[in-house]
Amino acid sequence: MILKIDNLVKHYGPVRAVDGLSLEIGEGEVLGLVGESGSGKSTVGKCVLRLTEPTSGTIELGGRDITHLSRRALRPLRRDVHMVFQDPYSSLNPRFTIERIVGEPLLRHKVADRRETSRRVSEMLEKVGLRQEMRSRFPHELSGGQRQRVGLARALILEPKLVVADEPVSALDVSVQASVLNLITDLQKDMGFSCLFITHDLSVVEFLADRIAVMYLGRIVESGPTEEIFAGPRHPYTQALLSAAPVADPVRQRERRRIVLGGDVPSPLDPPSGCRFHTRCPLAYDECRSVEPALHDPRGNGHPAACHLVTADRVPDAAATR
Amino acid sequence: MTDAIAVPLRRARMWRRFRRRPMPMTGLVLVAGFLLLALVGPLVTGDPAQQDYLATLAPPSAAHPMGTDDLGRDAFARIAHGAQVSLQAGVLSTALAMAVGIPIGLVAGFYRRWLDPIVMRLVDVTLAFPFLVFAVGLAAIIGPSLKGVVLALGFAQLPAVIRITRGEVLAIREMDYVAAAVADGAGDAHIIFRYVLPNCASPLIVQATVAIPTAIIGESTLSFLGLGVQPPTPSWGVMLTTAQQYLGDAPWLAIWPGVMIALATLGFNLLGDGLRDVLDPRSGP
Amino acid sequence: MSLLEITDLSVGFDTEDGLVQAVRDISLTLDEGEILALCGESGCGKSVTAMSVPRLLPPDTTRLSGSVKLDGRELTTLPEAEMRQVRGKSVSVVFQEPMTSLNPSFTVGYQIAEVLRRHEKLSRRDADRRATELLELVGIPAAARRMKEYPHQLSGGMRQRVMIAIAVACQPRVLIADEPTTALDVTIQAGVLDVFRDLRDRLGTAIILITHDLGVVADIADRAVVMYAGRAVEQATVAELFAAPRHPYTLGLMNALPSAAVDGRLAEIPGMVPSPLSDPDECAFHDRCPRVQTDCRMSRPPLVRQGEEHLAACFHPGGQS
Repeated sequence: MILKIDNLVKHYGPVRAVDGLSLEIGEGEVLGLVGESGSGKSTVGKCVLRLTEPTSGTIELGGRDITHLSRRALRPLRRDVHMVFQDPYSSLNPRFTIERIVGEPLLRHKVADRRETSRRVSEMLEKVGLRQEMRSRFPHELSGGQRQRVGLARALILEPKLVVADEPVSALDVSVQASVLNLITDLQKDMGFSCLFITHDLSVVEFLADRIAVMYLGRIVESGPTEEIFAGPRHPYTQALLSAAPVADPVRQRERRRIVLGGDVPSPLDPPSGCRFHTRCPLAYDECRSVEPALHDPRGNGHPAACHLVTADRVPDAAATR
Repeated sequence: MTDAIAVPLRRARMWRRFRRRPMPMTGLVLVAGFLLLALVGPLVTGDPAQQDYLATLAPPSAAHPMGTDDLGRDAFARIAHGAQVSLQAGVLSTALAMAVGIPIGLVAGFYRRWLDPIVMRLVDVTLAFPFLVFAVGLAAIIGPSLKGVVLALGFAQLPAVIRITRGEVLAIREMDYVAAAVADGAGDAHIIFRYVLPNCASPLIVQATVAIPTAIIGESTLSFLGLGVQPPTPSWGVMLTTAQQYLGDAPWLAIWPGVMIALATLGFNLLGDGLRDVLDPRSGP
Repeated sequence: MSLLEITDLSVGFDTEDGLVQAVRDISLTLDEGEILALCGESGCGKSVTAMSVPRLLPPDTTRLSGSVKLDGRELTTLPEAEMRQVRGKSVSVVFQEPMTSLNPSFTVGYQIAEVLRRHEKLSRRDADRRATELLELVGIPAAARRMKEYPHQLSGGMRQRVMIAIAVACQPRVLIADEPTTALDVTIQAGVLDVFRDLRDRLGTAIILITHDLGVVADIADRAVVMYAGRAVEQATVAELFAAPRHPYTLGLMNALPSAAVDGRLAEIPGMVPSPLSDPDECAFHDRCPRVQTDCRMSRPPLVRQGEEHLAACFHPGGQS
């Protein structure tokens, strides 16, 4: 296991952003962590990089518990984990040239001298499809897509074992997004890093994730292999999420059965009792309001869901109630 | 576009943006004129203390282009030397405020914790006093001299500098590029000096161009009140003090320093506005 | 005659780097009860086109030519005082960001009622009653209670519904929605799109929907205009457009969607959008186009009929249906 998170909790004051989350990512695996705003998915990424301190739980990187390591002890481990951010405008230091931005991690970890750094920056720019003349440019002279390539180059130059990508393509236009997504898949196959890919966009994870974990209000409600989840979502929330994302085909889209969820996402200040999804679930019954369902995998095929209605021989159908 | 000219091109574009606006250019010309007067003026004019009892309160003439004062001293020579005093008071006090205020603002904004609320309460308290009242009080304590003026004006500017620095730091530390540096394992000093400070430079430079004219007015006011530069040293404020007794007989004695103060402050303010528009690397295409 | 007729509309903005031409020679029509999608990527001019109708563009720097007619009445030359009557009453707008579009100091009920009292001259009681009905119309449960709440007490989706309620308060003929669901989660988006559909069905409101999301277009629009570099490159009924896109850019957009991946790869559109500062006499898409031929560099293809209710600006249109 490259990354193993066990019962992670992160509270910001009274806000329970992440509330008991466990997940694992194997070597060379891409895990898509999917959720809507307020689900706590970005907080998970920040905890993995220790950009924020977990309230409780453990995070293991390559078998080593990093949850409580000091900043100094953590420093050498930071070579192995890097992050790609959502906003291509605020994720690059506007005062640095592209060469400096991309080369910074090498100098920081003292793995290369200036000449070596310069050589590897060239190499990396080529890998992410940027022309060499970009080296001396500043971020504001680049387009959004180019900046995101710079962010990738920076994250990958140390050849990390794990990349945390937080919505790396959601600020980009479709045509630019396509090329960045292709690039990420190519680089991932080429360099073999594991990836925690955080996004709200199901079509993006369907494209590149090996496995998917769906979050709702600080917890995982369902996880499993990508094809499995898309072919047969078990949790009513996953079903609703899949049915709500419109497909770009008017004939199919207008014939689809859509599950329209009632109400709003409850506040993470005061999550509902029992199953957190019961306030919006079309199938909720008494037990859901009082007993919190555990993430369980009744068929034992690596596709657990946190719903009382999921049993070995039955999967709920949220669309059936309409 | 090749590598070597990318950066000069950026500067060239900033200069082009700047030059095209009439207001900042006016400011630049006024400031340049002020600097010229302060730096070169004293070399070409005569001794500002040279008295000529045969020509007291003389109107402007070929020998005395701005006239003379009650002791027959050449007003132009005094204006030129006074410009030097104003420049010193303006620049040194602002430099002092920046040198002390920026580190405090950086540390308070970056670390927050217990330091930030204490610093900010102190800043709020001092900002509650009008700038001049604060400066007058400090000058009265320190004692009248040019050094006293610089210290008083410097400290009076301090709260504003701390506040601006802290505000910028708070915004910048939330940027993803700072998070990226933390995720790389960069130390605090590296983050502060390479990431945070350079990115709050633009508003601070703008603040300086606003602070200098305020300090110039401050110097004149303190000197006018007798709390600043002492006669016979020529200062625009001192000149105004003298001039008010002769307003009817020799109005030019009040007009020259008054006009100079107005032009110098106007120049810096226009320049500051222009800089604010072009300095931000993120602004504009 | 159509409800809204835009003819040869061009919009430019004076900037320090010269005139930026955001929209070039757009012509389009909108019928009563129709949902028209303006789609394309950022900077293609879709928002500027739509915002020219209520004239919500900075007056000092905007250079506008062409004609915008609502019910046969020319809007581009209307005095500002009369334009104010048109805005809010005949044409209203829903913006992308529901967080900043409401005044945080007043209850949502007050804000809806205020519009009614100003434009419809309703009494306070009538305005309140009508406001409650409007909140129900946009699908807000317990509307009477929500009337007394402040914007910060509502979620993003609820706020966007309130914005829509305000926009339709005076039963506008045309509703312009600028990326109305982009800031919302998908499970919330579906509900908000239903509100638009419902408004069209019940009130006959014509809607211009500005969006970059082809899924949303497929879901809700009747007709769509695809824009590229300030020009309309394709215009068709939604069924036609998706079944047989003629312009290579439209096709490129559809194939670039992650859901259209073939063998684990997405179709990319190489290159970048041309600068809005220049306007050479050639197809703006030619250097990114897989079908490019010599004629594409010689002159600009006009937007011509390619079938019933299907226009495309391409010398080498594909996808015959």
